[in-house]
Amino acid sequence: MQLDWVWGLIGGLLIGTGGAVFLLANGRIMGASGIIGGLVDGSGWTVWQERVAFLAGVVLLPVLLYPLYANGVETNVTDNWGVLIAAGILVGLGTRIANGCTSGHGVCGISRLSLRGIVATVAYIVAGGVGVVLFRHGLGMI
Amino acid sequence: MMRNLFALIAGGFFGAGLFISGMTDTAKVQGWLDVFGAWDPTLAFVMGGAMIPMFFAWRLRERRATPVLGGTFPPASPQKIDGRLVIGSVMFGAGWGLAGLCPGPAVASLSYGGIGHWVFFVAMIAGMAVAPPVIARLTRPAVRTA
Repeated sequence: MQLDWVWGLIGGLLIGTGGAVFLLANGRIMGASGIIGGLVDGSGWTVWQERVAFLAGVVLLPVLLYPLYANGVETNVTDNWGVLIAAGILVGLGTRIANGCTSGHGVCGISRLSLRGIVATVAYIVAGGVGVVLFRHGLGMI
Repeated sequence: MMRNLFALIAGGFFGAGLFISGMTDTAKVQGWLDVFGAWDPTLAFVMGGAMIPMFFAWRLRERRATPVLGGTFPPASPQKIDGRLVIGSVMFGAGWGLAGLCPGPAVASLSYGGIGHWVFFVAMIAGMAVAPPVIARLTRPAVRTA
């Protein structure tokens, strides 16, 4: 679609607004992997309600918006479970080792000019680019 | 109560933004990473757009001693670049490229992404669950033999 970048920009502004609310109201950095990971490994159980409420909002709004899309929403996800499982483990483990993902290191980190956020973002974009090129054009797997 | 309400609102903005921007479409993410394919610039607009409100939020944060709902602000941005940051980010990036999903969109798409998104989500939770011992091993000081 021609207007994809416009929706991308609008969506991005909403994402950043969510991050601004979470920072200024709750005093938290909006990092998806940290919010989920703290619930998974128990390190964030002292503020579990806040984390669950945040994640409920992340799930709920797409549920509410979905009916507005008459043609459905394409996710184009692979049906190769081996790839999905390997990718999921890499994402879960990697974001916890690095202490952040696209939202925490990328959106929240770079916007405060954090050197760690910038280094992490460059590393995961380069790794992602090499991964896609290698597995798509090199091995034809994805 | 108010903390949970504002967390829900913040998550709502995040989920709506991920949904509207198309970031739960793995083809858009992989299309942006694939510089040798039909390159899709959408992700750059999403990331750039998201940084605009956050940039002003960090400026406003400087003017306040505490968050609106009390408590404390996150500590100053740490500047330590270590192997852990780079290794973890490279692993994350590889998985992100393979599936076209990262943690935020993986959650946002749970209601409509079908079984594939759930397989990814469960694997991601498993990866997070095994992280603490891996991190302990990575950060363990080297054994001195001398």
